[in-house]
Amino acid sequence: MIPDLGKYGFEVASAYAVSIVLLFAIVGLSWRQSVKQRRALEAAEARRHG
Amino acid sequence: MSLWEYANPKKFMGWTGPVLPWAFWTAGICLVVGLFWGFFLTPDDYRQGSTVKIIYLHVPSALMAINAWMMMLVASLIWLVRRHHVSALAAKAAAPVGITMTLIALMTGAIWGQPMWGTYWAWDPRLTSFLILFLFYLGYMALWAAIDDPDTAADLTSVLCIVGSVFALLSRYAVNFWNQGLHQGASLSLDKEENVSDVFFFPLLVCIAGFVLLFVALVLLRTRTEIRARRLRALQLREVRT
Repeated sequence: MIPDLGKYGFEVASAYAVSIVLLFAIVGLSWRQSVKQRRALEAAEARRHG
Repeated sequence: MSLWEYANPKKFMGWTGPVLPWAFWTAGICLVVGLFWGFFLTPDDYRQGSTVKIIYLHVPSALMAINAWMMMLVASLIWLVRRHHVSALAAKAAAPVGITMTLIALMTGAIWGQPMWGTYWAWDPRLTSFLILFLFYLGYMALWAAIDDPDTAADLTSVLCIVGSVFALLSRYAVNFWNQGLHQGASLSLDKEENVSDVFFFPLLVCIAGFVLLFVALVLLRTRTEIRARRLRALQLREVRT
């Protein structure tokens, strides 16, 4: 199933690894900040109304 | 209803909520299908060998690095002309996504360059203008972080964005302007002779769609976060005053 990457195996694998790590990092970071900010806003609005 | 009303913070939060999961799912599907197709089901290039598989990451990320800055430019101009807060926040939200795309393009380019050119880096017009674009992204994000007043920050970063757009355009057309250096011309072209072969072109197109959709999804998510942060700040200021 895994293609034979020949003598460039390390280069191709590292390009994919670096890119996937960076893509997951930006998605994870954005998601974390979103959840954190939403919770903080909900708490502030609850304080305001309660 | 005017188009501008969709950018009203409350309306924006309303319509982006249901759109977001769709954007993330379609981006994920396109990326998985495109990368799987490109990595596992396409042949090696007769000159570049298996390194041609890097094209599915390098070209879409480079494309989005430039287009993200262009999107920031449009949003910044809207801010400067119409003082539309959501557009300033959307520009701010796009910068970390754009810098990630630029970093992917630079790193995959360096990794690809070593076996093909015999070096990770050369002071080639396209590579150099891309590095400058990366530095502009850093400067843009630093400027937002350095200024407390959000309107002043939006004004100054908009001006920086206009200046930086010269390098964004330059990185796109550097090969044509100088016609020298190691980097090849465009991989995608309406000219059949210049365009990559169909066997690489179709999975590349799916990967590009995946990167575009991921960018849209991330910018919407991050703009929502920025809107919430601004609302939170307003509430905290009100709490302090009372």
